[in-house]
Amino acid sequence: MSIDTSTAPRPGSRPGEGAEPTPPPSARPRLAVLLGRQPLGIVFAAPYALFLAAVFAYPLGLAVWISFHDYFFAAPGATVERPFVGLDNYTAVLGDPAVRESFVNVAEFLVINVPLTVVLSLLLATALNGAVRGRALLRVAYYVPYVTASVALVAVWLFLFAQDGMVNEALGPLAPDPSWLVNSALAMPVIAVFVTWKQLGFFVLLYLAALQNVPKELYESAATDGASRFRSFWHVTVPGVRPATALVVILSTITGANLFTEPYLLTNGGGPNGASTSPVLVMYQKGIEQGSPDTAAAIGVLLVLGVLAISLVNKKLLEKD
Amino acid sequence: MARSWLRYLTLFAGALFFVFPFYYMVVGSLQESPDTSLRGAVPSGGLTLDNYAAINDRVNLVQSLVNSGIFTGGVILGTIVFGVLAGYALARLHFRGRGTLFAVMLLVQIIPFQLLIIPIYVMIVRSYGLADSYLGMILPFAINSTAVFVFRQFFLQLPEELFSAARLDGAGELRVLWSVALPLVKPALLTATLLTFIGPWNEFLWPFLVTKEADMQPLAVSLANFIDNMAGRAANPYGAILAGAVVLAAPAVALFVAFQKHFTASDLGSGVKG
Repeated sequence: MSIDTSTAPRPGSRPGEGAEPTPPPSARPRLAVLLGRQPLGIVFAAPYALFLAAVFAYPLGLAVWISFHDYFFAAPGATVERPFVGLDNYTAVLGDPAVRESFVNVAEFLVINVPLTVVLSLLLATALNGAVRGRALLRVAYYVPYVTASVALVAVWLFLFAQDGMVNEALGPLAPDPSWLVNSALAMPVIAVFVTWKQLGFFVLLYLAALQNVPKELYESAATDGASRFRSFWHVTVPGVRPATALVVILSTITGANLFTEPYLLTNGGGPNGASTSPVLVMYQKGIEQGSPDTAAAIGVLLVLGVLAISLVNKKLLEKD
Repeated sequence: MARSWLRYLTLFAGALFFVFPFYYMVVGSLQESPDTSLRGAVPSGGLTLDNYAAINDRVNLVQSLVNSGIFTGGVILGTIVFGVLAGYALARLHFRGRGTLFAVMLLVQIIPFQLLIIPIYVMIVRSYGLADSYLGMILPFAINSTAVFVFRQFFLQLPEELFSAARLDGAGELRVLWSVALPLVKPALLTATLLTFIGPWNEFLWPFLVTKEADMQPLAVSLANFIDNMAGRAANPYGAILAGAVVLAAPAVALFVAFQKHFTASDLGSGVKG
């Protein structure tokens, strides 16, 4: 990942020097070709470029390197041998039932979370778009979970969904046994619903922005054609916000790939019996708790590839129109 | 009119669904003993602040809030200073590598930092020895890419004549940015600050990995540790946990209610359309 700012920023260049729309004949054209018309931009952008190189590009490379070596934590300053092991870490990871289960869990999470998010947020955004009164208040109510820490919200859900919590009290004899968070069939769905609930307000705002871009005339002509409210929603609104839907799907997928806090706290470390583990949780357990960063890095690389693949497929689907 | 009735019913049912857990968080934090019956949601007595004292006994709330504040403040400072410069350069200056930088910025929004947690942990904790330090906490978040994107979008919307006029008057680029462009994008500063705030204030995984000493932990981490292993020892564990949750949630909720005008669909829309 090369960022061109490494080509020596020139702190000595006078501000405004390259600011003219066309360089005067006396300017140094070779420098302009090399650095661009306004080389000061390189100085302005350099801290951010360095930041991206240090916490994004370099770690990405390091993750790949670690995942191909027998890597372990050593005392600082100690020189240790870390032999190249080829694909060993990857075969170990793919053969590990705990890792495979975590990927299956995330698939289960996405199957519940993505459709629920798309349907509910589009529905609420459409309703909110036509509302005249109380719009600001409703908007705030919707996004408050989004801006609040997962840790704080998990605390309430723990209380609500506990064995003797309010949800079970309300359900009475219908309460599941074993209870929600310790039931291997229900733990992951509860996490998926929790995350849907927490993120929904953000996606409502996203759809609300997208709805402003659907041309009013389309609704008017649908109405003159005698289309029902439902038909105009289905044939005008849904296609009209398709780019936003693609974005919602990508962002939800990324959230799923990132899942950590919820299984760690809500189901007490991915329980019961690993029924709600996530890849990042397994990465943490293997890499940091059990001290094998090499296999953990391999999981990370696989996740990055997965997220990129899903984004690409999504982009292709979007560009078909 | 039946339709608008249905619309508002949907909207308010939705709102209740979002807000009720917050209400229940506050109610639960004030109850002497947990009452999980439906009637317990509307308590008629037995309210106390003991739970706040109880959580403060186990978790140093003031120190944790200070740590959260330093972590969040550092990230906001880095984002405002370096993010504005980068956003301005990306929007307004022609320089070599601009396209590459922009593409990488978009890519960063797709590859979340959680996936790189192992190499970043190796670098910051193992190689640089920055465990249990504010710098180690702040570094991976120091410049929020979404905020850079927001800045770029706002600077792009300004008319070009403004800049050429200022430059003709002999103003240097830094001066153009400071006295011409920046005053015009003040709303962007607030939006970006709000957007940036929720990242570090709510972040759990990274500060959890970096801080092992209790007096360096931000509130999200110390509360999570309390939930994870100490809750059993408190007299009313749920009450104490919920009291901690209220303290953690309150600043974010207050900020976003106070500045809700600056967190609208269009602000966000421009911020995440990467």
